[in-house]
Formats: sequence, C-alpha cells, structure tokens
Amino acid sequence: MPELGGRSSVRQGVPPISWRRRITDHLMTGVAVLTVVLVLAPLVAIFGYLVYRGVGSINWAFLTQSPKPVGEPGGGMANAIMGSVLILGIASVIGVPFGIGSGIYLAEFGRNRFGSAIRFTADVLNGVPSIVVGIVAWAIMVRGRGFSALAGGVALAIMMVPTICRTTEEMLLLVPQALREAAYGLGVPRWRTTLSITLRTATSGVITGIMLAFARVAGETAPLLFTALGNTYWSLRYDQPTAALPLQIYVYANSPYDDWHRQAWAGSFVLIFLIVTAVAAVRYVVRRGTFGAA
Amino acid sequence: MPGPQPVEGTKVTSVSALRAVPLLQASGGEVPDRIFKSAMTVCGLAVLGVLVLIVYELTSGSGLSWHAFGFKFFVGSDWNPVSEQFGALPFIYGTLVSSLLALIIAVPLSVGVAVFTTEMCPTALRGPLSFFVELLAAIPSVIYGLWAMFVLVPILSGYVEPFLAKTLGWSGVFEGPPLGIGMLAAGIILAIMIVPIISSITREVLMVVPQHQREGVLALGATRWEMIRVGVLRNARAGIVGGIILGLGRALGETMAVTMVIGNRPEIAKSLFAPGYTMASVLANEFSEATGDVYLSALVEIGLALFLVTIVVNALAQLLVWTVTRGQPARGHA
Repeated sequence: MPELGGRSSVRQGVPPISWRRRITDHLMTGVAVLTVVLVLAPLVAIFGYLVYRGVGSINWAFLTQSPKPVGEPGGGMANAIMGSVLILGIASVIGVPFGIGSGIYLAEFGRNRFGSAIRFTADVLNGVPSIVVGIVAWAIMVRGRGFSALAGGVALAIMMVPTICRTTEEMLLLVPQALREAAYGLGVPRWRTTLSITLRTATSGVITGIMLAFARVAGETAPLLFTALGNTYWSLRYDQPTAALPLQIYVYANSPYDDWHRQAWAGSFVLIFLIVTAVAAVRYVVRRGTFGAA
Repeated sequence: MPGPQPVEGTKVTSVSALRAVPLLQASGGEVPDRIFKSAMTVCGLAVLGVLVLIVYELTSGSGLSWHAFGFKFFVGSDWNPVSEQFGALPFIYGTLVSSLLALIIAVPLSVGVAVFTTEMCPTALRGPLSFFVELLAAIPSVIYGLWAMFVLVPILSGYVEPFLAKTLGWSGVFEGPPLGIGMLAAGIILAIMIVPIISSITREVLMVVPQHQREGVLALGATRWEMIRVGVLRNARAGIVGGIILGLGRALGETMAVTMVIGNRPEIAKSLFAPGYTMASVLANEFSEATGDVYLSALVEIGLALFLVTIVVNALAQLLVWTVTRGQPARGHA
C-alpha cells in the first residue's frame, strides 16, 4: 500500500500532497467501502430472511406430503422436490454428454474456423434469456403432445450445454501437451488418449463445469412455466406435467394464503441449501484439484 | 517428473519398441479414431443446431403476427387479446426502463466493489469478498422475487417511496400512490441481480491492467485514488463497458423476479412508482394460457425480439471484453 506523504525522506523533492487531494483520496476509499456494504447488505438480508422464515417452516409434513387443496393449511412440497430431481436428472442425462462431447471437440479438434463458430455459438447461447429457451422447448416438445417432465428437462439441458462445453474446453486445454504426446508415443490411439489421459487429468475441472451448470439450472423457473407446467399431485412419469420446486415457490408466493407464503419460504430454503451445497462442493473440488484449475 | 524407467526383468531393445508402435496403431487406432472424431463433431454440431432451432422456431412461430401487424407491432401500445389487437410498445418500454434503472443503480456499486477488491482491500479479504459477491449470482431468480415481494416492496412503500415523493416529487418521475410494487421495485431487484456479473468482469479486467501502470502513476506522486483513476480505470475502460453491457443483457432477459414485483400492467407511465410490464414478464404470464393463433404468434414475436436484442447486446459485450483480456471468454460466473 502506498504511503501518502507520511515519510518525508521518501517524498523528497516531490511537492506535498494538498489537503484537497488527500481528502478526495480518503473520501473515495470511503465510497468504495460503502459500495461493498451496499452490495453485501441485500445478500445478508436475503439469507437472513431465508433462514428466519424458512427454517421454522420446514417440518416433516413439508418434506413428505404433497400439497393440500387450495386454501387448506398443511401439506408440503415433497412432490415438487421429487419433480425437480426428475427434471434435473433428465436435463443432466441429455445435457452432460453433449456438453462434454462438444467441449472435447473444441479442445482436441476445434482449432479451425468451424471450431470458432461453435465457440461463438456457445457463448451466444449462454446469453439467451431462459424464457426464450422455454418457448423453443415448448415449440418442439409440448405443442401437440402436452406438458411433460421431459420437455422441462430438454429446456434445462439446452441451458446446461454451453456452460459445460466451454468449461470442458478450457480445462482440457490446461492439460499439458506433453501428456498427450507421451500417450501417442506409447502407441495409444487418439480416442483412448483423449478419454483416459486428457479427460481423466481434467476430471476435477470438468466436474466443476457440470456442477456450475447444474446449480444454474436448478433454480430456473421461467423455462419450466410452459414445459413442465407444475402439478399438485405425485407424478414420476416423464410424459406427464410435473411439479418443480422453483415453480411451486412461484405459485405459492403469488397466492393470497399465509400458509402458502410460509411454504414458499421453506421451499426457497431447501432450494438454496441444495444450490449452495453444490457451489461449495465445486470450490472444494477446485481447490483440491490436481492441477491449476483455480 | 522421473524419466522412463525400464521395467525390471524385461529387456527393452530399440528394435522391438519400434515395431510395437505401428502394430498398435494399425490394429486399434484408425477406425475407432474416426468414429470418435465424428461423435465429438456431432456434439459440436448439436450446439450449432440448438441455435438454428431457436432461430427457426421463433421466426416461423411469429410469422402470423408479423403478417398481421408488420412493424406496427413494435410501436403500437394496444394489447388486447379479446379483439386480437397486439402492440408490444408497453412491454418494450418496461423492459428498457427497468433495465436502465438497474444499470444506473448497479454500475457504481459494482465498479466500486471491483475497485475495492482489486486495489484497496487486504489480500486475505480478497477471496472471501469475491466469493460472497458471487454467491449473489447463485441465488435463483424466483427467490429474489419472493424476497422482493415480502421484504423489499413493504420497505419501498413504507419508507423509500414517500420520502422520494416528498423530496423529488416535483420531477414527475416519483409521484403517485406509493404502492411499492412497480417499476422502481423491478429496477432495484434487477440491480441486485446484475451486480455480481458486472463486478466479476470488472475485477477480471482490472487485474489484467499491468502492475507497472500503477507503479508509474504512484511514482509521479499520485495518491491512491489518483492512481486508480488515471492508471487503472482509464486503462480498463473498454472492458468495464463490456461488463456493463453484459449485465444489461442479463437484465433485459430476466423474468421471474421482475414478474413478481413489477405489477404486470401494460401501461406506459412516467412515474417509476406506477406498475409496468416487461417483454419477459408477459411471456411468463400469458404464454401457457394464450388462446388463438394470432395471440400465440404475437407472444412468440415478443420472444424473437427479446432474443435478437440480447444477442446483439451480448455479442457487443464479448467484443469489448475481448479487446482488453485478449481472447479469454467473458463470463459472469454462474
């Protein structure tokens, strides 16, 4: 940190810093600290409220029962938690292989114009609003067939692929070229080298990407509004309307009932707990990673 | 790393080693390699395919509305599903105003946080601080909405809006009943949501500024703030603007939190206290209940417009950040 004219020996020959400049300097430091406080305040407020309203509302019924009819107190979000697991499972089964595959393509075969096109497309897809992805998933999966968990999973998979693709590429490129060459030198074919040497070395980084994508889509509501639609009953079928935690929170928050508001907070707490656990796990994995992924 | 060591008990001659290589390649290499490469190419093509699919579905789905209303769709302000008259201006207005409001609030805050973390705070605090700011990005939109509905809106209607009306009511921007729900609430919650994106990109860009720039300015006798202003911020300008535009892209497409607090009324009001409606919100509220082909088509056309705007905004942002960080992808950490 710079000394602000404290030691005269250092500042010999330099005109002294005027009061105005010194006050401006302190003032701007204060402003910067203030912005940090202002940014962290909502974070603290949101987490504080989630814990304050959420923890007290979680009980056995909330975790094991499906919703009671409109206006009747009690019931829970068990079907929504299960539905989220189902939809996220479908999304991962579709999204993860395509994400990793396209990442491998970019890192190992994509040093050309076609690769650049895919790279740019993935970045563009990353910025597409989730509600627009919902419309497209509706158009290809729901129109003429009806709402389903599968449609919701496809919508979320579309959102997962770009993130996984780009992080996989970045992580594979971090693997030293010498490792690949060593494998080729031993006569290992290229596909084996990529799968059991390169990808294997980059595992922790690739998993980071998957978890980040997962955490991102786990809380998504907009793309599910007209794909999975929501459901007040149990459903574990891929071709039926399915409840999801974020959807249920949205519906309950907009309802006029205090008991449902309470459950919306409880649902949010469960959701954030799952996501923060995932993000924390990511940081843990990255820090323990075998090479400089951090 | 240790060098290659001959396994004990085996006698590796150069001749046999040489012979082994072509044998392995010929037997287990060629065909599976080709299959592997095509499989990976298919995955890469799928990424392109998704984008093509999005463009195709949005353009073909909005055709009906485009034929019926043409360009008038974007300048008309009458949204009436019953008489099948559709004009998207109130939604475009709502999206633009709420996003700009969010930027006005978020930009000083995020730049301040980024400057503090890179230039001012002790190194030990750097990691935790950026972790907490990035934690804001991990909170789902619907939870922001829930919090805004039950915490932010009462604060706004009880304290902030009456105060603003009393002090700045003459401007016309802050007038009318302090409902809490409305454009101001949407702008504030959007601002909270885009701070992590803008600040993490700004931080990345600031860290790329070479250390000797800072040292040079300090050596000329500058105070720390002067060093930051002249040596750091001025050099990182383009990248910071890129981060801001990336935040704008996120704000434009944000759906749930905004839908829950903006009031959802398709009107263009001068006051920020008045309820409004955004493009994303109208999709969230009306898409699954839209009856009639023209109605549905009009909604898809709003989706198409939203898609095109966010693409242009994001591409612009990528370019700006690229010019500073030289080719590393700019991402708001998810």
